[in-house]
Amino acid sequence: MIALGIEGTAHTLGIGIVTEDKVLANVFHTLTTEKGGIHPKEAAEHHARLLKPLLRKALETAGITMEDVDIIAFSQGPGLGPALRVVATAARALAIRYSKPIVGVNHCIAHVEITKMFGVKDPVGLYVSGGNTQVLALEGGRYRVFGETLDIGIGNAIDTFARELGIGFPGGPKIEKLAQKGREYIELPYAVKGMDLSFSGLLTEAVRKYRTGKYKVEDLAYSFQETAFAALVEVTERAVAHTGKEEVVLVGGVAANNRLREMLRIMTEDRGIKFFVPPYDLCRDNGAMIAYTGLRMYLGGVRFKIEDTVVKQKFRTDEVEVVWE
Amino acid sequence: MKLIAQGAEAKIYEADFEEVFGVPLLKERVIVKHRIPKRYRIKEIDVKLRKERTVREARILHRAKEFGVNCPYVYEVDLRDMKLVMEYIEGQRLKELLESVPMEERLELCREVGRQIGKLHKAGIVHGDLTTSNMIFRGGKVYLIDFGLADFDSTLEARGVDLHLLRRAMESTHYTWFERGFEAVLEGYAEVLGEEARKEVEEKMKEIESRGRYRERSWLS
Repeated sequence: MIALGIEGTAHTLGIGIVTEDKVLANVFHTLTTEKGGIHPKEAAEHHARLLKPLLRKALETAGITMEDVDIIAFSQGPGLGPALRVVATAARALAIRYSKPIVGVNHCIAHVEITKMFGVKDPVGLYVSGGNTQVLALEGGRYRVFGETLDIGIGNAIDTFARELGIGFPGGPKIEKLAQKGREYIELPYAVKGMDLSFSGLLTEAVRKYRTGKYKVEDLAYSFQETAFAALVEVTERAVAHTGKEEVVLVGGVAANNRLREMLRIMTEDRGIKFFVPPYDLCRDNGAMIAYTGLRMYLGGVRFKIEDTVVKQKFRTDEVEVVWE
Repeated sequence: MKLIAQGAEAKIYEADFEEVFGVPLLKERVIVKHRIPKRYRIKEIDVKLRKERTVREARILHRAKEFGVNCPYVYEVDLRDMKLVMEYIEGQRLKELLESVPMEERLELCREVGRQIGKLHKAGIVHGDLTTSNMIFRGGKVYLIDFGLADFDSTLEARGVDLHLLRRAMESTHYTWFERGFEAVLEGYAEVLGEEARKEVEEKMKEIESRGRYRERSWLS
């Protein structure tokens, strides 16, 4: 079967075409702004403008036509309302025009589900991006959140810190490079709060220390990463210990960071369990993960009527009954 | 020493007092909680966290004792190896005990649980992991154990979450009668902190349950 998936929860519009075990196309376009941050309406306009050209590009890459597609999947949430609505409207229009079944997909679940294309079975997922930071795993037939940020996402915290240092957006790769030259650890507030995470205190303190002019930026970047990532790995390890699962996957845009990968690799090695990171284009927000999850849902018997396709800005992972496993 | 449990951050051993301290001062067995080093984080962070948490857990247990909470005695705080040596509370877990006694006795035990939590909150402490697996019945008393996630926090929010977690834990473990059981917990809680405090915390729990942020935490079950 062939599934077409449309992703558009935030500033990336992505269209992917997949089969049960292969990505046929995975194209995207990201709205970037000078100041960083996204305006929901601008994101919606961006998605509306690029839908048609991206769809054409995806079909061309896959070498198929709309008639060859068996199901249409779309990101139903969580995300920015106006952006979600553009994507949902497009998906409905395609489904009706070509008489194809439609499936609404939870964005966070899709990030984890795509790893199953690579043989991962039942993982604990650490999902880290600009806006989202959560640890999730399947338990009792639903994806439960075992810890998440109480304020800002880790990607957001890194970008904000990078802007403060005047090194531009997106800050991730630049902070990582600076951090590699850091030698001295500067104490910063640790980000685990009970079972959850919080990065605002860490960010504020790092900015404050930078403004004093007393510290090397390299050391600050290094300390920022070490502190934030240690917290992420700790919360992930707790979920592993609790659920007894034997696989950890790292997904989301921040998965590109090599230090975070290394720390998770060490943690999983010490516990004698597996660790997997998908290729970057399937880690970041993308349409292929939506298509793939939608396909798995459909094959597992999930069916949507058009009236079930209303977008959910605060779509929680545990609202979805995972009947397709 | 015998390893009896291993969590994400610590190994728990059971040992003889003499084996640990070299003198047969007490006949009792002890629990050794060893917070193990983690290779994935840099040494500065690793040592700081393990030290802070070991000290905090000891302080919390000490203060809880002062407020009359039944909890383990701390025998030693070892900040070189990050070990905590505590009293071993040998008895029956409430998780099983509650299922094996008649309703009347059950509810009385639940009231006692409520009194213990009331005293704990009065001491400005939240437990952070209240489940009937973390409660032991010994010599006619209910003991609270495993303060690894406990914190000094006297906010209504923290207390609400604490009790909410217990309610959820009871719902999954004692589902046939948890509603009456939890009601008895609140009665005991009110005996210590007063009806006003009970009402406040009950309202807070409702709010916690209704808001989107709250997640199903399955380390409750």
